[in-house]
Amino acid sequence: MARTVIVGASVGGVRTAQALRAAGYPGEIALIGDEDVPPYDKPPLSKALLAGTATLDSVGLLTAEAAAAAGIELVLGSPATRLDRKQHQVLLADGTAEPYDALVIATGARPRPSPWGTPRGVHVVRTLADARALAAALRAGGPLVVVGAGFIGAEVAATALGLGLDDVTVVDPMSVPLSRVLNPEVATIFGTLHAERGVSARFGVGVTDIREIPAGLEVGLDDGTVLPAATVVVGIGAVPNDDWLADSGIATEDGVLCDRFCRSVSDPHVWAVGDVSRWWHPGHGQTMRLEHWTNAVEQAVVVAHNITHPHELRSHAPVEYVWSDQYDWKIQLVGRTGGELAHVRVDGTNPHRSFAVLYSDESDRFVGALVVNWPKALITCRRVLTKTATEPAPVGQVHTLVENARPPARAAS
Amino acid sequence: MAVVKADLAACQGYANCVVGAEDVFDIDDDGIVVLLKTTIPDADRTRVEEAARSCPVSALVIEDD
Ligand SMILES: Cc1cc2nc3c(=O)[nH]c(=O)nc-3n(C[C@H](O)[C@H](O)[C@H](O)COP(=O)(O)OP(=O)(O)OC[C@H]3O[C@@H](n4cnc5c(N)ncnc54)[C@H](O)[C@@H]3O)c2cc1C
Repeated sequence: MARTVIVGASVGGVRTAQALRAAGYPGEIALIGDEDVPPYDKPPLSKALLAGTATLDSVGLLTAEAAAAAGIELVLGSPATRLDRKQHQVLLADGTAEPYDALVIATGARPRPSPWGTPRGVHVVRTLADARALAAALRAGGPLVVVGAGFIGAEVAATALGLGLDDVTVVDPMSVPLSRVLNPEVATIFGTLHAERGVSARFGVGVTDIREIPAGLEVGLDDGTVLPAATVVVGIGAVPNDDWLADSGIATEDGVLCDRFCRSVSDPHVWAVGDVSRWWHPGHGQTMRLEHWTNAVEQAVVVAHNITHPHELRSHAPVEYVWSDQYDWKIQLVGRTGGELAHVRVDGTNPHRSFAVLYSDESDRFVGALVVNWPKALITCRRVLTKTATEPAPVGQVHTLVENARPPARAAS
Repeated sequence: MAVVKADLAACQGYANCVVGAEDVFDIDDDGIVVLLKTTIPDADRTRVEEAARSCPVSALVIEDD
Protein backbone atom coordinates (compact mmCIF):
# COMPACT_ATOMS: atom_id res chain seq x y z
CA MET A 1 0.00 0.00 0.00
CA ALA A 2 1.15 3.55 -0.72
CA ARG A 3 2.46 5.41 2.31
CA THR A 4 2.84 9.12 2.96
CA VAL A 5 5.12 10.21 5.76
CA ILE A 6 4.66 13.72 7.11
CA VAL A 7 7.46 15.08 9.29
CA GLY A 8 6.35 17.83 11.67
CA ALA A 9 3.07 17.56 13.57
CA SER A 10 1.85 21.11 13.96
CA VAL A 11 -0.65 22.93 11.77
CA GLY A 12 1.13 22.29 8.43
CA GLY A 13 1.57 18.57 9.08
CA VAL A 14 -1.81 17.95 10.69
CA ARG A 15 -3.71 19.79 7.98
CA THR A 16 -1.82 17.90 5.26
CA ALA A 17 -2.83 14.59 6.82
CA GLN A 18 -6.47 15.68 7.12
CA ALA A 19 -6.53 17.10 3.60
CA LEU A 20 -5.08 13.85 2.21
CA ARG A 21 -8.00 11.96 3.71
CA ALA A 22 -10.46 14.59 2.48
CA ALA A 23 -8.99 14.17 -1.01
CA GLY A 24 -9.60 10.43 -0.78
CA TYR A 25 -6.00 9.30 -0.31
CA PRO A 26 -6.25 5.54 0.11
CA GLY A 27 -2.79 4.78 1.49
CA GLU A 28 -1.21 4.89 4.95
CA ILE A 29 -0.40 8.21 6.56
CA ALA A 30 2.24 8.57 9.28
CA LEU A 31 2.54 11.92 11.07
CA ILE A 32 5.84 12.31 12.87
CA GLY A 33 6.45 14.90 15.57
CA ASP A 34 9.41 15.45 17.86
CA GLU A 35 7.38 16.66 20.82
CA ASP A 36 5.65 14.16 23.06
CA VAL A 37 2.43 16.16 23.43
CA PRO A 38 -0.47 15.80 21.00
CA PRO A 39 -0.33 18.29 18.09
CA TYR A 40 -1.23 21.84 19.10
CA ASP A 41 -1.52 25.24 17.54
CA LYS A 42 1.03 28.04 17.84
CA PRO A 43 -0.78 31.42 17.57
CA PRO A 44 -2.34 31.19 21.07
CA LEU A 45 1.11 30.71 22.65
CA SER A 46 1.77 34.45 22.72
CA LYS A 47 -1.89 35.32 23.36
CA ALA A 48 -4.59 33.32 25.16
CA LEU A 49 -2.35 30.48 26.33
CA LEU A 50 0.18 32.90 27.77
CA ALA A 51 -2.65 34.87 29.35
CA GLY A 52 -3.99 31.68 30.93
CA THR A 53 -7.36 31.84 29.18
CA ALA A 54 -6.63 28.87 26.89
CA THR A 55 -5.46 25.38 27.82
CA LEU A 56 -3.63 22.63 25.96
CA ASP A 57 -7.03 21.09 25.17
CA SER A 58 -8.38 24.26 23.62
CA VAL A 59 -5.31 24.74 21.41
CA GLY A 60 -5.12 21.08 20.33
CA LEU A 61 -5.10 20.32 16.60
CA LEU A 62 -5.60 16.55 16.55
CA THR A 63 -6.45 14.20 19.40
CA ALA A 64 -5.29 10.58 19.43
CA GLU A 65 -8.94 9.53 18.89
CA ALA A 66 -9.43 11.84 15.92
CA ALA A 67 -6.16 10.61 14.40
CA ALA A 68 -7.18 6.98 14.82
CA ALA A 69 -10.62 7.67 13.35
CA ALA A 70 -9.05 9.28 10.27
CA GLY A 71 -6.47 6.53 9.83
CA ILE A 72 -3.56 8.80 10.68
CA GLU A 73 -0.73 7.09 12.54
CA LEU A 74 0.70 9.56 15.09
CA VAL A 75 4.38 8.93 15.79
CA LEU A 76 5.31 11.34 18.58
CA GLY A 77 8.32 12.00 20.78
CA SER A 78 11.30 11.40 18.53
CA PRO A 79 12.67 13.82 15.92
CA ALA A 80 13.49 12.85 12.36
CA THR A 81 17.26 13.09 12.08
CA ARG A 82 17.98 11.92 8.52
CA LEU A 83 16.38 11.46 5.17
CA ASP A 84 17.65 8.48 3.19
CA ARG A 85 16.28 9.02 -0.32
CA LYS A 86 17.92 5.92 -1.78
CA GLN A 87 16.00 3.69 0.61
CA HIS A 88 12.94 5.98 0.59
CA GLN A 89 12.91 6.27 4.36
CA VAL A 90 13.09 8.78 7.17
CA LEU A 91 15.23 7.89 10.16
CA LEU A 92 14.20 8.94 13.63
CA ALA A 93 16.45 9.66 16.62
CA ASP A 94 15.14 6.57 18.42
CA GLY A 95 16.39 4.37 15.55
CA THR A 96 13.04 3.80 13.82
CA ALA A 97 12.97 3.90 10.02
CA GLU A 98 9.76 5.21 8.41
CA PRO A 99 9.43 4.13 4.77
CA TYR A 100 7.56 6.45 2.38
CA ASP A 101 6.32 6.78 -1.16
CA ALA A 102 5.61 10.47 -0.65
CA LEU A 103 7.33 12.57 1.99
CA VAL A 104 5.96 15.88 3.27
CA ILE A 105 8.36 18.10 5.17
CA ALA A 106 6.46 20.24 7.70
CA THR A 107 9.14 20.85 10.30
CA GLY A 108 8.40 24.57 10.62
CA ALA A 109 10.78 27.02 12.11
CA ARG A 110 12.48 27.76 15.42
CA PRO A 111 13.28 31.08 17.07
CA ARG A 112 16.43 32.80 15.90
CA PRO A 113 18.69 32.18 18.89
CA SER A 114 19.59 35.01 21.26
CA PRO A 115 22.98 36.43 20.21
CA TRP A 116 23.37 37.61 23.82
CA GLY A 117 23.35 34.16 25.38
CA THR A 118 20.59 32.58 27.42
CA PRO A 119 21.14 33.20 31.09
CA ARG A 120 18.28 32.12 33.39
CA GLY A 121 15.28 34.35 32.77
CA VAL A 122 15.83 34.70 29.02
CA HIS A 123 12.95 33.19 27.03
CA VAL A 124 11.78 32.54 23.47
CA VAL A 125 8.21 31.60 22.44
CA ARG A 126 7.72 28.81 19.93
CA THR A 127 6.57 25.70 21.76
CA LEU A 128 4.03 24.89 24.43
CA ALA A 129 6.90 24.32 26.86
CA ASP A 130 8.28 27.78 26.02
CA ALA A 131 4.90 29.42 26.60
CA ARG A 132 4.34 27.61 29.90
CA ALA A 133 7.79 28.56 31.18
CA LEU A 134 7.21 32.18 30.19
CA ALA A 135 3.72 32.23 31.72
CA ALA A 136 5.18 31.03 35.02
CA ALA A 137 7.92 33.66 34.89
CA LEU A 138 5.42 36.45 34.17
CA ARG A 139 3.25 35.40 37.06
CA ALA A 140 6.23 36.16 39.32
CA GLY A 141 6.12 39.78 38.11
CA GLY A 142 8.32 42.21 36.16
CA PRO A 143 10.22 43.99 34.96
CA LEU A 144 9.87 42.41 31.51
CA VAL A 145 12.07 43.40 28.60
CA VAL A 146 10.98 42.22 25.14
CA VAL A 147 13.69 42.30 22.50
CA GLY A 148 12.13 42.62 19.04
CA ALA A 149 8.98 44.56 18.10
CA GLY A 150 7.68 42.12 15.49
CA PHE A 151 4.35 40.34 15.89
CA ILE A 152 5.39 37.92 18.61
CA GLY A 153 7.29 40.51 20.68
CA ALA A 154 4.40 42.96 20.50
CA GLU A 155 1.88 40.27 21.44
CA VAL A 156 3.94 39.12 24.41
CA ALA A 157 4.26 42.71 25.66
CA ALA A 158 0.50 43.24 25.30
CA THR A 159 -0.33 39.95 27.04
CA ALA A 160 2.09 40.71 29.89
CA LEU A 161 0.44 44.07 30.45
CA GLY A 162 -2.93 42.32 30.54
CA LEU A 163 -1.52 39.99 33.23
CA GLY A 164 -0.91 43.02 35.39
CA LEU A 165 2.80 43.66 34.82
CA ASP A 166 3.40 47.37 35.01
CA ASP A 167 7.02 47.50 33.92
CA VAL A 168 7.17 46.25 30.33
CA THR A 169 9.68 47.56 27.79
CA VAL A 170 9.98 46.68 24.12
CA VAL A 171 13.37 47.26 22.49
CA ASP A 172 14.01 47.21 18.76
CA PRO A 173 16.92 48.55 16.72
CA MET A 174 14.48 49.84 14.09
CA SER A 175 12.77 53.17 14.73
CA VAL A 176 9.25 51.67 14.56
CA PRO A 177 7.59 48.32 15.36
CA LEU A 178 6.62 45.80 12.63
CA SER A 179 9.26 47.29 10.36
CA ARG A 180 9.52 44.13 8.25
CA VAL A 181 5.93 44.42 7.02
CA LEU A 182 4.99 48.10 7.31
CA ASN A 183 6.44 51.39 6.15
CA PRO A 184 7.51 53.74 8.98
CA GLU A 185 4.62 56.23 8.58
CA VAL A 186 2.09 53.46 9.17
CA ALA A 187 4.14 51.40 11.62
CA THR A 188 4.43 54.36 13.97
CA ILE A 189 0.71 53.97 14.78
CA PHE A 190 1.61 50.77 16.60
CA GLY A 191 4.43 52.49 18.47
CA THR A 192 1.84 54.96 19.72
CA LEU A 193 -0.48 52.09 20.64
CA HIS A 194 2.18 50.55 22.90
CA ALA A 195 2.89 53.90 24.53
CA GLU A 196 -0.80 54.63 25.12
CA ARG A 197 -1.29 51.28 26.78
CA GLY A 198 1.67 51.79 29.08
CA VAL A 199 4.44 49.74 27.46
CA SER A 200 7.69 51.68 27.27
CA ALA A 201 9.15 51.54 23.81
CA ARG A 202 12.86 51.87 23.14
CA PHE A 203 12.91 51.99 19.36
CA GLY A 204 16.01 52.74 17.35
CA VAL A 205 18.36 51.28 19.95
CA GLY A 206 20.07 47.93 19.85
CA VAL A 207 20.83 45.47 22.63
CA THR A 208 24.53 45.08 23.41
CA ASP A 209 24.37 42.38 26.05
CA ILE A 210 22.26 40.58 28.61
CA ARG A 211 23.96 40.08 32.00
CA GLU A 212 23.02 37.98 34.98
CA ILE A 213 23.19 39.93 38.25
CA PRO A 214 22.25 38.79 41.76
CA ALA A 215 18.84 40.52 41.48
CA GLY A 216 18.01 39.05 38.05
CA LEU A 217 19.06 40.36 34.66
CA GLU A 218 20.36 43.53 33.08
CA VAL A 219 19.88 44.39 29.43
CA GLY A 220 22.51 46.77 28.04
CA LEU A 221 21.50 49.05 25.18
CA ASP A 222 23.80 50.69 22.67
CA ASP A 223 22.88 54.18 23.85
CA GLY A 224 24.39 53.29 27.22
CA THR A 225 21.10 52.64 29.04
CA VAL A 226 20.84 49.57 31.26
CA LEU A 227 17.37 48.06 31.75
CA PRO A 228 16.82 45.87 34.81
CA ALA A 229 14.73 42.76 34.08
CA ALA A 230 13.32 39.76 35.86
CA THR A 231 12.44 38.25 32.48
CA VAL A 232 13.67 38.90 28.95
CA VAL A 233 11.86 37.62 25.85
CA VAL A 234 13.88 37.45 22.66
CA GLY A 235 11.61 37.67 19.59
CA ILE A 236 13.93 38.44 16.72
CA GLY A 237 12.57 36.18 14.01
CA ALA A 238 12.67 32.51 13.13
CA VAL A 239 14.82 30.16 11.08
CA PRO A 240 13.48 27.15 9.17
CA ASN A 241 14.04 23.64 10.55
CA ASP A 242 15.72 22.24 7.45
CA ASP A 243 19.09 21.22 8.90
CA TRP A 244 18.04 17.60 9.40
CA LEU A 245 18.02 17.35 5.58
CA ALA A 246 21.64 18.51 5.31
CA ASP A 247 23.12 15.30 3.84
CA SER A 248 20.00 14.25 1.94
CA GLY A 249 20.65 16.04 -1.35
CA ILE A 250 17.41 18.02 -0.92
CA ALA A 251 18.17 21.61 -1.90
CA THR A 252 17.60 24.15 0.86
CA GLU A 253 18.08 27.90 0.89
CA ASP A 254 16.53 29.39 4.00
CA GLY A 255 13.85 26.68 3.65
CA VAL A 256 13.26 23.64 1.45
CA LEU A 257 13.43 24.84 -2.15
CA CYS A 258 10.27 23.88 -4.01
CA ASP A 259 8.62 24.49 -7.35
CA ARG A 260 5.21 26.09 -7.80
CA PHE A 261 3.57 22.80 -6.79
CA CYS A 262 5.39 22.86 -3.42
CA ARG A 263 7.47 19.87 -4.55
CA SER A 264 11.18 19.77 -3.78
CA VAL A 265 13.23 20.90 -6.76
CA SER A 266 15.54 17.95 -5.97
CA ASP A 267 13.05 15.09 -5.69
CA PRO A 268 9.51 14.67 -7.05
CA HIS A 269 8.54 12.45 -4.10
CA VAL A 270 9.30 15.14 -1.54
CA TRP A 271 7.05 18.11 -0.71
CA ALA A 272 7.24 20.94 1.81
CA VAL A 273 4.50 22.93 3.54
CA GLY A 274 4.34 25.74 6.08
CA ASP A 275 7.12 27.77 7.64
CA VAL A 276 9.85 25.44 6.29
CA SER A 277 8.77 25.70 2.64
CA ARG A 278 10.41 28.09 0.20
CA TRP A 279 8.39 27.66 -2.94
CA TRP A 280 8.05 29.44 -6.28
CA HIS A 281 5.04 31.77 -6.13
CA PRO A 282 3.93 31.90 -9.78
CA GLY A 283 1.97 35.14 -9.26
CA HIS A 284 4.91 36.98 -7.72
CA GLY A 285 7.53 35.36 -9.96
CA GLN A 286 9.88 34.61 -7.08
CA THR A 287 10.45 32.09 -4.33
CA MET A 288 9.04 32.92 -0.94
CA ARG A 289 8.80 31.52 2.54
CA LEU A 290 5.92 32.67 4.73
CA GLU A 291 5.54 32.31 8.47
CA HIS A 292 1.77 32.68 8.45
CA TRP A 293 -0.75 30.23 9.85
CA THR A 294 -3.15 30.54 6.91
CA ASN A 295 -0.39 29.84 4.40
CA ALA A 296 0.44 26.56 6.15
CA VAL A 297 -3.22 25.51 5.95
CA GLU A 298 -3.65 26.50 2.30
CA GLN A 299 -0.36 24.93 1.29
CA ALA A 300 -1.36 21.70 3.06
CA VAL A 301 -4.48 21.50 0.91
CA VAL A 302 -2.46 22.08 -2.28
CA VAL A 303 0.13 19.43 -1.39
CA ALA A 304 -2.54 16.89 -0.42
CA HIS A 305 -4.25 17.52 -3.76
CA ASN A 306 -1.00 17.15 -5.66
CA ILE A 307 -0.08 13.88 -3.94
CA THR A 308 -3.50 12.44 -4.74
CA HIS A 309 -3.74 13.94 -8.27
CA PRO A 310 -0.28 13.57 -9.83
CA HIS A 311 -1.65 14.36 -13.28
CA GLU A 312 -3.55 17.52 -12.28
CA LEU A 313 -0.96 19.37 -10.23
CA ARG A 314 -2.13 22.62 -8.64
CA SER A 315 0.10 25.67 -8.11
CA HIS A 316 0.25 27.40 -4.75
CA ALA A 317 -0.32 31.11 -5.43
CA PRO A 318 -1.90 32.47 -2.25
CA VAL A 319 -2.83 35.99 -1.29
CA GLU A 320 -0.73 36.40 1.84
CA TYR A 321 -2.74 36.82 5.06
CA VAL A 322 -1.54 37.21 8.62
CA TRP A 323 -3.26 38.49 11.72
CA SER A 324 -1.94 39.65 15.05
CA ASP A 325 -3.98 40.34 18.18
CA GLN A 326 -2.44 43.01 20.36
CA TYR A 327 -4.29 44.42 23.38
CA ASP A 328 -7.88 44.67 22.11
CA TRP A 329 -6.75 45.42 18.56
CA LYS A 330 -7.06 43.05 15.62
CA ILE A 331 -4.31 43.80 13.16
CA GLN A 332 -4.54 42.07 9.78
CA LEU A 333 -2.33 42.17 6.72
CA VAL A 334 -3.31 40.92 3.28
CA GLY A 335 -1.23 40.75 0.12
CA ARG A 336 1.87 42.91 -0.16
CA THR A 337 2.39 45.78 2.27
CA GLY A 338 5.10 48.19 3.37
CA GLY A 339 8.38 48.72 1.58
CA GLU A 340 8.31 51.15 -1.31
CA LEU A 341 4.62 50.75 -2.08
CA ALA A 342 2.35 53.81 -2.19
CA HIS A 343 -0.34 53.87 0.47
CA VAL A 344 -3.60 55.59 1.27
CA ARG A 345 -5.42 55.49 4.59
CA VAL A 346 -9.19 55.02 4.89
CA ASP A 347 -10.77 55.74 8.27
CA GLY A 348 -13.32 53.43 9.84
CA THR A 349 -16.16 54.47 12.13
CA ASN A 350 -13.83 55.31 14.98
CA PRO A 351 -10.65 56.44 13.22
CA HIS A 352 -8.64 56.26 16.41
CA ARG A 353 -8.97 52.48 16.42
CA SER A 354 -10.46 51.33 13.12
CA PHE A 355 -8.85 52.04 9.78
CA ALA A 356 -7.44 50.46 6.66
CA VAL A 357 -4.31 51.29 4.70
CA LEU A 358 -4.40 50.34 1.02
CA TYR A 359 -1.11 49.65 -0.75
CA SER A 360 -0.60 50.06 -4.48
CA ASP A 361 2.20 49.57 -6.98
CA GLU A 362 3.74 52.09 -9.38
CA SER A 363 0.74 51.67 -11.74
CA ASP A 364 -1.75 52.50 -8.92
CA ARG A 365 -2.89 48.91 -8.78
CA PHE A 366 -4.10 47.55 -5.43
CA VAL A 367 -1.67 44.91 -4.09
CA GLY A 368 -2.29 44.69 -0.35
CA ALA A 369 -3.75 46.18 2.80
CA LEU A 370 -3.38 46.65 6.52
CA VAL A 371 -6.76 46.47 8.24
CA VAL A 372 -7.25 47.29 11.91
CA ASN A 373 -10.45 46.54 13.84
CA TRP A 374 -12.62 46.68 10.73
CA PRO A 375 -13.94 43.24 9.68
CA LYS A 376 -15.88 44.35 6.59
CA ALA A 377 -12.88 46.19 5.18
CA LEU A 378 -10.79 43.05 5.71
CA ILE A 379 -13.30 40.93 3.80
CA THR A 380 -13.48 43.48 1.01
CA CYS A 381 -9.71 43.61 0.60
CA ARG A 382 -9.27 39.82 0.75
CA ARG A 383 -12.06 39.28 -1.77
CA VAL A 384 -10.68 41.82 -4.20
CA LEU A 385 -7.13 40.51 -3.94
CA THR A 386 -8.24 36.89 -4.38
CA LYS A 387 -10.30 37.74 -7.46
CA THR A 388 -7.79 40.08 -9.08
CA ALA A 389 -4.66 38.03 -8.46
CA THR A 390 -3.66 38.01 -12.10
CA GLU A 391 -4.98 41.46 -12.95
CA PRO A 392 -4.86 43.81 -9.96
CA ALA A 393 -7.70 46.34 -9.55
CA PRO A 394 -7.15 50.12 -9.62
CA VAL A 395 -6.62 51.24 -6.03
CA GLY A 396 -9.19 54.05 -6.42
CA GLN A 397 -11.90 51.50 -7.08
CA VAL A 398 -10.95 49.52 -3.97
CA HIS A 399 -10.89 52.75 -1.95
CA THR A 400 -14.57 53.27 -2.80
CA LEU A 401 -15.45 49.66 -1.92
CA VAL A 402 -13.75 50.01 1.45
CA GLU A 403 -15.48 53.36 2.14
CA ASN A 404 -18.77 51.59 1.49
CA ALA A 405 -17.83 48.87 3.98
CA ARG A 406 -17.87 51.40 6.82
CA PRO A 407 -20.54 50.45 9.33
CA PRO A 408 -23.06 53.12 10.31
CA ALA A 409 -21.91 55.10 13.35
CA ARG A 410 -23.53 53.84 16.49
CA ALA A 411 -24.69 56.01 19.35
CA ALA A 412 -22.36 55.58 22.28
CA SER A 413 -23.97 53.18 24.70
CA MET B 1 -26.90 16.56 3.28
CA ALA B 2 -24.78 18.00 6.04
CA VAL B 3 -25.25 20.91 8.44
CA VAL B 4 -22.83 23.70 9.34
CA LYS B 5 -22.61 24.93 12.91
CA ALA B 6 -20.77 28.03 14.08
CA ASP B 7 -19.53 28.81 17.56
CA LEU B 8 -20.26 32.53 17.61
CA ALA B 9 -18.48 33.05 20.92
CA ALA B 10 -15.27 31.52 19.57
CA CYS B 11 -15.31 33.41 16.24
CA GLN B 12 -12.62 36.09 15.98
CA GLY B 13 -13.45 37.44 12.54
CA TYR B 14 -10.29 36.18 10.84
CA ALA B 15 -12.45 35.60 7.73
CA ASN B 16 -10.65 32.53 6.35
CA CYS B 17 -14.04 30.80 6.01
CA VAL B 18 -15.37 33.59 3.79
CA VAL B 19 -12.41 33.26 1.48
CA GLY B 20 -12.90 29.48 1.40
CA ALA B 21 -16.68 29.43 0.80
CA GLU B 22 -18.29 32.82 0.35
CA ASP B 23 -21.62 31.25 -0.56
CA VAL B 24 -21.86 29.82 2.96
CA PHE B 25 -20.03 32.24 5.26
CA ASP B 26 -20.00 35.99 5.74
CA ILE B 27 -18.77 38.27 8.53
CA ASP B 28 -20.88 41.04 10.08
CA ASP B 29 -19.79 44.53 11.15
CA ASP B 30 -18.68 43.19 14.53
CA GLY B 31 -16.50 40.57 12.92
CA ILE B 32 -18.73 37.62 13.77
CA VAL B 33 -19.47 34.87 11.27
CA VAL B 34 -22.89 34.82 9.59
CA LEU B 35 -24.12 31.55 8.09
CA LEU B 36 -25.71 32.27 4.71
CA LYS B 37 -27.02 28.72 4.68
CA THR B 38 -26.88 25.90 7.17
CA THR B 39 -27.52 22.82 5.07
CA ILE B 40 -24.85 21.78 2.65
CA PRO B 41 -25.49 19.47 -0.29
CA ASP B 42 -23.12 16.50 -0.44
CA ALA B 43 -21.51 17.84 -3.60
CA ASP B 44 -20.26 20.91 -1.70
CA ARG B 45 -19.27 19.15 1.47
CA THR B 46 -15.53 18.76 0.85
CA ARG B 47 -15.13 22.38 -0.15
CA VAL B 48 -17.09 23.67 2.85
CA GLU B 49 -15.22 21.34 5.21
CA GLU B 50 -11.98 22.71 3.85
CA ALA B 51 -13.21 26.24 4.57
CA ALA B 52 -14.19 25.17 8.09
CA ARG B 53 -10.76 23.62 8.69
CA SER B 54 -9.18 26.94 7.74
CA CYS B 55 -10.73 28.58 10.81
CA PRO B 56 -7.87 29.50 13.16
CA VAL B 57 -10.05 29.05 16.25
CA SER B 58 -11.98 25.94 15.09
CA ALA B 59 -15.29 27.78 15.39
CA LEU B 60 -16.94 25.84 12.55
CA VAL B 61 -18.09 22.24 12.29
CA ILE B 62 -19.81 20.29 9.56
CA GLU B 63 -21.98 17.43 10.77
CA ASP B 64 -24.17 14.80 9.18
CA ASP B 65 -27.76 15.91 9.06
C1 LIG C 1 4.00 32.40 19.34
C2 LIG C 1 3.52 32.40 17.93
C3 LIG C 1 2.42 33.18 17.58
C4 LIG C 1 1.96 33.20 16.25
N1 LIG C 1 0.87 33.95 15.94
C5 LIG C 1 0.41 33.98 14.67
C6 LIG C 1 -0.73 34.75 14.33
O1 LIG C 1 -1.31 35.44 15.16
N2 LIG C 1 -1.16 34.72 13.05
C7 LIG C 1 -0.54 34.00 12.08
O2 LIG C 1 -0.95 34.01 10.92
N3 LIG C 1 0.56 33.25 12.38
C8 LIG C 1 1.03 33.22 13.65
N4 LIG C 1 2.13 32.47 13.96
C9 LIG C 1 2.78 31.70 12.89
C10 LIG C 1 2.13 30.33 12.71
O3 LIG C 1 1.89 29.75 13.95
C11 LIG C 1 3.06 29.46 11.87
O4 LIG C 1 3.09 30.00 10.58
C12 LIG C 1 2.59 28.01 11.82
O5 LIG C 1 2.65 27.43 13.09
C13 LIG C 1 3.43 27.21 10.83
O6 LIG C 1 3.09 25.88 10.93
P1 LIG C 1 4.11 24.73 10.53
O7 LIG C 1 3.37 23.46 10.79
O8 LIG C 1 4.65 25.00 9.20
O9 LIG C 1 5.35 24.88 11.50
P2 LIG C 1 5.48 24.80 13.08
O10 LIG C 1 4.26 25.35 13.72
O11 LIG C 1 6.79 25.39 13.41
O12 LIG C 1 5.50 23.25 13.39
C14 LIG C 1 6.55 22.41 13.02
C15 LIG C 1 6.50 21.19 13.90
O13 LIG C 1 7.52 20.28 13.50
C16 LIG C 1 8.21 19.81 14.62
N5 LIG C 1 9.57 19.43 14.19
C17 LIG C 1 10.61 20.26 13.90
N6 LIG C 1 11.69 19.53 13.51
C18 LIG C 1 11.33 18.23 13.56
C19 LIG C 1 12.00 17.01 13.27
N7 LIG C 1 13.26 16.98 12.84
N8 LIG C 1 11.32 15.84 13.43
C20 LIG C 1 10.01 15.85 13.86
N9 LIG C 1 9.34 16.99 14.14
C21 LIG C 1 9.99 18.16 13.99
C22 LIG C 1 8.18 20.97 15.59
O14 LIG C 1 8.36 20.57 16.93
C23 LIG C 1 6.77 21.49 15.36
O15 LIG C 1 5.82 20.83 16.17
C24 LIG C 1 2.62 32.43 15.27
C25 LIG C 1 3.74 31.66 15.63
C26 LIG C 1 4.18 31.64 16.94
C27 LIG C 1 5.38 30.80 17.30
